[in-house]
Amino acid sequence: MNDMTPDREERKANLKGMGCARKRVEDARFTQGKGNYVDDISLPGMLHGDFVRSPYAHARVKSINIDAAMALDGVVAVLTAKDLEPLSLHWMPTLAGDKQMVLADGKVLFQGQEVAFVVAKDRYIAADAVELVEVEYEELPVIVDPFKSLESDVVLREDLDPSADGAHGPRKHPNHIFLWEVGDKGATEAVLDEADVVAEETVYYHRTHPCPLEPCGSVASMDKVNGKLTLYGTFQAPHVVRTVASLLSGIEEHNIRVVSPDIGGGFGNKVGVYPGYVCSIVASIVTGVPVKWVEDRMENLMSTAFARDYHMHGKISATKEGKITGLWCHTTADHGAFDACADPTKYPAGFMSICTGSYDIPVAYLGVDGVYTNKAPGGVAYRCSFRVTEAAYFIERMIEVLAIELNMDAAELRRINFIKKDQFPYNSALGWEYDSGDYHTAWDKALEAVDYDGLRKEQAERVEAFKRGETRKLMGVGLTFFTEIVGAGPVKNCDILGMGMFDSCEIRIHPTGSAIARLGTISQGQGHATTFAQIIASEIGIPADSITIEEGDTDTAPYGLGTYGSRSTPVAGAATAMAGRKIKAKAQMIAAYLLEVHDDDVEFDVDRFAVKGAPERFKTMKDIAYAAYNQAIPGVEPGLEAVSYYDPPNMTYPFGAYICVMDVDVDTGTTDIRQFYALDDCGTRINPMVIEGQVHGGLTEALAIAMGQEIAYDEMGNCKTATLMDFFIPTAWETPHYTTDHTTTPSPHHPIGAKGVGESPNVGGVPAFSNAVHDAFRAFGLRQSHMPHDHWRIWKTANDLGLHG
Amino acid sequence: MTKHHIKLKVNGTEHDVLAEPRELLIHTLREQLDLKGPHVGCETSHCGACTVDLDGKSVKACTMFTVQAAGTDITTIEGIGTPDAMHVLQEAFREHHGLQCGFCTPGMITRAYRLLQENPTPTEEDVRFGIAGNLCRCTGYQNIVKSVMAAASELNTAKEAAQ
Repeated sequence: MNDMTPDREERKANLKGMGCARKRVEDARFTQGKGNYVDDISLPGMLHGDFVRSPYAHARVKSINIDAAMALDGVVAVLTAKDLEPLSLHWMPTLAGDKQMVLADGKVLFQGQEVAFVVAKDRYIAADAVELVEVEYEELPVIVDPFKSLESDVVLREDLDPSADGAHGPRKHPNHIFLWEVGDKGATEAVLDEADVVAEETVYYHRTHPCPLEPCGSVASMDKVNGKLTLYGTFQAPHVVRTVASLLSGIEEHNIRVVSPDIGGGFGNKVGVYPGYVCSIVASIVTGVPVKWVEDRMENLMSTAFARDYHMHGKISATKEGKITGLWCHTTADHGAFDACADPTKYPAGFMSICTGSYDIPVAYLGVDGVYTNKAPGGVAYRCSFRVTEAAYFIERMIEVLAIELNMDAAELRRINFIKKDQFPYNSALGWEYDSGDYHTAWDKALEAVDYDGLRKEQAERVEAFKRGETRKLMGVGLTFFTEIVGAGPVKNCDILGMGMFDSCEIRIHPTGSAIARLGTISQGQGHATTFAQIIASEIGIPADSITIEEGDTDTAPYGLGTYGSRSTPVAGAATAMAGRKIKAKAQMIAAYLLEVHDDDVEFDVDRFAVKGAPERFKTMKDIAYAAYNQAIPGVEPGLEAVSYYDPPNMTYPFGAYICVMDVDVDTGTTDIRQFYALDDCGTRINPMVIEGQVHGGLTEALAIAMGQEIAYDEMGNCKTATLMDFFIPTAWETPHYTTDHTTTPSPHHPIGAKGVGESPNVGGVPAFSNAVHDAFRAFGLRQSHMPHDHWRIWKTANDLGLHG
Repeated sequence: MTKHHIKLKVNGTEHDVLAEPRELLIHTLREQLDLKGPHVGCETSHCGACTVDLDGKSVKACTMFTVQAAGTDITTIEGIGTPDAMHVLQEAFREHHGLQCGFCTPGMITRAYRLLQENPTPTEEDVRFGIAGNLCRCTGYQNIVKSVMAAASELNTAKEAAQ
C-alpha cells in the first residue's frame, strides 16, 4: 500500500496549501464578466434613488420645495430630513463616535452634502427630478483651514453643546473634536532642550481619497410580508452595517440580512456607513419595493470618506553621532464636517502613535487635535491601518531632515537607530509592543540589491555635471524603512462602536471530504477565496481546490468586523487556522478509533493521520470525513465542523525597506522613476503571487498620492478635484516597473506566523517616492516641500531654490 | 421622452431595443440586454471599465448614446470567450494574476483584445501606452502588462503553427 502512495512532498503539493502561488479561483468569473457587483443587482419592481446635493460648503437651508419634482412622471418619492426625523433617521452615528446628518437638517456643512433623496422609476428620471427640487440656501462663512477653524467665531456644528465633552474627552473650541495625547511630554521636551542636535519641521500629508474603481452603492429590499430587510451594498464590514442598521431602524437584527456582493475595490472608502445606504433603506420601507442607490464618480470623490489631511509638526533630537534621543509631534487633523473616520474607539487618531517607526527612540510625545472644517467628512485609512501611513510618512521625513541637520547619510542614520533583532518584543516609547523584526538584515539586503554606494556615487557625479551645466536632470534616491501595525485588534483595547475587533471562521467538512468555510471578513480584490482555502489546506490536509470560501452574507457567515487595516490575515486568518485545528483534533479521535489505537498513538501527516511508527497504517482526511458522517463512534458526535472567534493577543508588525531611484527634470518638473525596489517582510507568506500583486497595487496607489493625487478645495469650500480629469490616478503609462523582494520573520503570536501585507506598499511607498524628490534637491538646500509632488510643485521647488538661473 | 427603435448586433446576436435619445449605450447593454460585464466607473470616459468593441474599435460605452450605436456590431466581454472556450487573454489574466477586484477586468480585456489586433507584436511600452485609457486601482498594471504580453506571444505561436 505504501508503495502506491504518492510521496510526502507530492501529497503536500497536491494540497496547494500555504506558500503555494496558487492561481485565483475568483478569476474565472471576473475575466468573463460574470462578477456580481452591487450595480449588477436588479430586483423586481426596483426603484432608483439619487441625491440633491449642496452646491455650498456652508449654508443654512431655508426651504426645500419638492412639488415640481413630485409632479414629474415616474417620480415616486422625495425624502428630506423632515421625513426622516419621525423615524430618528435624519442623523446617524459615525464609526468615530460622532454623528452625521443623513439629509441636511437646517444647514449644510460641506459641498456635495446630501440634502434630499429622490426615488424614481429609473435612474434618468431620478436625475431629472434632482434638478427640479428647489432648495433655498443662505450662505454662511466657510472655513477650509483647520488652524483658522480653531480661532474662528463661526460655529460649524451647532448641534453640539459647545461646553460638553466630545466622544474622546474635553473640547477646547466649538470647532474642536478632540485632543489625544500619548507619551511623556515633559520628559520629551527636557531631552529636546538638552540635545546636541534638534531637527524641527512641519510635514503636511495632504487630503486624498481612496477612490476605488467601483463607486459606493446599495440596494435595499424591505419585505413587509415577513418583516425582513435585505441590504446589498459596498460594505467592507457587512456585519457592522447590520448592527448599525438594526440600531438605527429598530428592526431586530435577525430580521436584517446584509450582503456584500463582489466589491470593486475598497481601500478604506467602503468601511463607513453613508447617507445613501440609510436613504435606500428608508425609501424601500416607504415605497414597499426595492430601492437602488449607486453614486457616480463625482459624488464618490466629493462626499464619501477622504483620507489623511494631517498637519504634523515634529521635532527630533540626536547626539552628534546620530543616535536619536527623542521625538515630539503635534498634529492638527482636519476631519471635515463630521468625524467619520473608522478608528478603534480608544484611538481617535488611529495608530498614529506608531510614529516612532522602526527606531529605538527612548522618549517620545504625540498630541493630535481633531478639528471640524467645511469639507467632506471622513479620515479613513486609505490602504493603511488607521493612520499608519501618516505616521510612517512623518518619521521617514523627520529622519531625512535629521540626516540633513547632522550632515549624515540617511541610510546610515537609519541603520544606527534601528531596533535591534534581540530587542524584540520591543516596547515603544508610545506604548506599542512590536512583536518581531529583523530590520538590519532587511536593510542590508535592500541596499545591496540596488548597489546603494554606486547610486550615491552616480548622484554626486550628477550634481557636479548639473553645476557644470551639462545636464538639467537631478537624481534622487528615496529611502524608506517602515514598520506597520496591523491586525486590529485585541478586544481589550480595540472596538468599533463598542464591538470588539475579533474575527471569525466557520469550517464545515462535507462527507466526501470537500469543505466550505465562511468568514467574518470580505474580499474586495484581496483574493480571500483563494488564500484562506490555502490556510485550511495546510492545517487539515484537504486540497485547497476542494474548499469553497464564502464571505459577506450576514445570514450565513459568522460575525466579524470586516476587511480593512490589513486585518483579514492577522485576525480572520488566525481564526481560520484555529477552526482548522479544532477539526483536526476531532479528526484525530476519529482516526484513532478507525485505526483501533489510542488517540495519542496517531499523528498528522500532510493529509492524513497515521499510526506513530507505522506510517503504512493511516486514514486520510477524506476517510475521516466520511466516517464522521457514517459511523457511530462512541463518545464522538457525528459531523465534522468547527467555528473559531479569534481575539488576537497583539497586533502584528510587518516591515519593509523600499528604495526609489528617480530622475527629476529641473526645468519641467517631470520625473522618471528609474528603479523601485520593495522588500517586504510580512511574516509567513501564504501566497507569494497574491502578495506580489498587492505590493504592485499598493505601490501604485502610493505613487498616485505622492506624485499628484489630491482632494483640493478653494477658499469657498468648492471641491476642485471631483473628476478623474482632476484627481490623479496613474495609468499603465505613468506607472513604473517594480522589483519585489522579501525576508521572512514570522509573527510569534499568530497561529501561522502571518502578519498581513496589503497596505505595506502604500505605507512605505509614499515616503519612498517623496523622499526621492526631496533627495534630488538635497544638495541644493531643500529640507521640506509638500506633497503631492506634481510637475508644477517640483518646478516651483527648483525655482525657489534658484535653479532656473 | 420619445423612444427610438434601434437595431444592434451584440456578441453575434441581432437585437431591437427601444431607447430614449439620451440613453447611454452602457445602460442599454447592462439593463436592457442584461450584459453586466462592462461596468460603470466614472461616467466621464476616463476609467475604461465600460469599454466595449464597436465596429472594430475600442469604445467607452458610458459616453456614447445608444442611438449613435444604431446598426453597429458590438462585442462585450461576454462575447470574447465562453466558459468552455475562454479567450487566450482571459486565460492569461488568470495565469499571470492580471486582476484583483475584477471591476476593471472586462474593460481591460476588451481593450487588450482590440490592441492585439491593432498590433499583434507589441513591446511592453506599446502595451502600457495601448491600455492607458483603462484604469486599474489594484494591480499597478505590472501583471496586466505581463498578461497581455503573454497572450500576444501565445496568439502568435498559434498563428505560426496554423500557417
